[in-house]
Amino acid sequence: MEHTSLLERILRGAALTLVVIFFMFPIVWIFMMSFQTNETILRIPPQLIFEPTLANYTALITGKLMTAAGTLDIAFMRNLWNSVFLSVTSVAVSLLLGVPAAYAFARHKFRGSEDIAFTLLSFKFAPALLVLLPLTLYFQKLGLANTYIGLIWVYQLICLPLILWIVRGYFEDIPADIEYAYRIGGHSWFATFRKIALPLAGPGIAAAGLLAFIFAWNNFVFALVLASADKQPVTVGALAFITSSGIQYGQISAAIVLSITPTLALALYAQRYLVEGLSLGAVKG
Amino acid sequence: MASLELRNIVKRYKSQTVLDNLSLTVADGETLVLFGPSGAGKTVLLRLVAGVIDPEEGKIFIGGEDMTDVDAEFRGVGMAFQNFALFPHMSAFDNIATPLEAKRSSQGAIKAGVESVAKLLKIGHVLSHKPRALSNGQKQRTALARALVGSPPLLLLDDPLRNVDAKLRFEMRLELPRLLADRGATVVYVTQDYKEAMALGDRIAVMSQGVIRQLGTPEQIYREPANIEIARLFGDPTINLLDVKPARDARGVYVGLSNVQVHLTDAPETAIGRDCIIGLRPEALHFVGDNEPGAIPVTVEAETPLNEKIVTLVRTVRGREILVSRPAGTPGRSEGKAHIAVDGKSALLFDHASGERIGAKNIVNLRSGEAA
Repeated sequence: MEHTSLLERILRGAALTLVVIFFMFPIVWIFMMSFQTNETILRIPPQLIFEPTLANYTALITGKLMTAAGTLDIAFMRNLWNSVFLSVTSVAVSLLLGVPAAYAFARHKFRGSEDIAFTLLSFKFAPALLVLLPLTLYFQKLGLANTYIGLIWVYQLICLPLILWIVRGYFEDIPADIEYAYRIGGHSWFATFRKIALPLAGPGIAAAGLLAFIFAWNNFVFALVLASADKQPVTVGALAFITSSGIQYGQISAAIVLSITPTLALALYAQRYLVEGLSLGAVKG
Repeated sequence: MASLELRNIVKRYKSQTVLDNLSLTVADGETLVLFGPSGAGKTVLLRLVAGVIDPEEGKIFIGGEDMTDVDAEFRGVGMAFQNFALFPHMSAFDNIATPLEAKRSSQGAIKAGVESVAKLLKIGHVLSHKPRALSNGQKQRTALARALVGSPPLLLLDDPLRNVDAKLRFEMRLELPRLLADRGATVVYVTQDYKEAMALGDRIAVMSQGVIRQLGTPEQIYREPANIEIARLFGDPTINLLDVKPARDARGVYVGLSNVQVHLTDAPETAIGRDCIIGLRPEALHFVGDNEPGAIPVTVEAETPLNEKIVTLVRTVRGREILVSRPAGTPGRSEGKAHIAVDGKSALLFDHASGERIGAKNIVNLRSGEAA
């Protein structure tokens, strides 16, 4: 028995290692590239040993890109800030609108409630490019093109349905009796929403918020069309590294590392809440 | 003062009528038990009174005030749920405190109130625990404490002993009547356990399919059930039911059981010549010597001692099985041939076709729900 379990452990370890290598390789490679110059990156055959340089990060942070053709100004730090601002604000607005709406859809079956909820979800079905053309024209008329407000508005197409549908499920999972008990105790429906429904759906709201944040952060095409350089997020800003004198692999890698850091940090931080959310489902009334 | 009056309540879910024109009055300080099988509409009725669901038709009066359109938080009732419905993110103390917080009581008053009710229900030592750390019995007591803490004049208890173990249920069945009486509150208590209903109710309303089938004291329900269904639901072991056709002779109305004429006291004349079912409670039968008048010959099939009583299964000469119950320690037969006699006073006659008790005086008028 001992022998079998040892073999099992070895096999499991090997399988896990393979999976980790498979999924982590690109990330690790990018991380390594971000500390190399273009020349060392493009060496054939590629080498694992190199002399690390911080030049890529320096270039990004100072905004001066040295290329063979000369010095280019890039707005990477500005783009990073735009990404943070757009994603955080969009998710905040979506939570503010989506959570009460989700509660309404979960608890009050009014005429057409299913249709409205489905319509909101259907925003996610439409191909972004199809929506963008008319949207651009309208936005230009309304003066919303190339504004933060306009972008945050469009980002609601990404965040709001996601938050609405995920959070609604969490609200529906709360036994109605728990809320009834609080109301019979003498509390208003709003107090019940605040003191019972919100805390119990908290982990779900956190999960939905995190997912919405990642989707907003990774969005490319809305911002590409609707925003100009000073409002662009990192996803669009990365295009600047494809310069006339070649693709700046080192800087792109450094930019990727910098731009996945916030989402990664957020995911790691929120992880314990997500796990708690899963185990809270086991609570019976 | 909190009497409760329901007037012509109708509740529908889509096309299904859950409560059908139901009326009911509960006097101030009275404990009324709603008894019936699942799906009878007991819980729906309780929720209507609490105000968490609304009736399609009818009116609800609490303490003489029309509360039909009043939101749940302003009705001033206390309710304990079958599934406890504790707030999982709050400690037992905070759970119990919520009704007091709603009244904007001071911190001191909340602490005193929670601790006194917790002491009463013997959960003082677990007040800091979250619901998930409580045993089922403690959860049940916490839920009860939360319903009681604000001293509501009207208490709604939805089968609060359903999800607790047998021992605790027995204990609570003893404790609850005193607890409720001390509070002086009007109580509506839902249960599916006839013993609980008999132990707790000043009156019992037997419900099925959204209407009240019979309303009366536990004694009335047991002695004079409105129909076979109710007779079957109350009593353990269950009532013996046998097909008979009553007739009369010079001594009065009698039924033939195994070719023996058993005379019934106070049997209604209307039963004569009709196809009937006679209901004989196991304790209304007893073993007798073979020369007693009205002695019915039987064969003893099996005997089950149940501590305080002994239940014997006997078979008549026609092959019908009958349960006989007698207090432990009294003489009887445990095997072989025997004779039993029927207590003619407590026999119940039901119409064979409708199942209604013949000559039932306190039968409920199904439309109005009031005892006629």
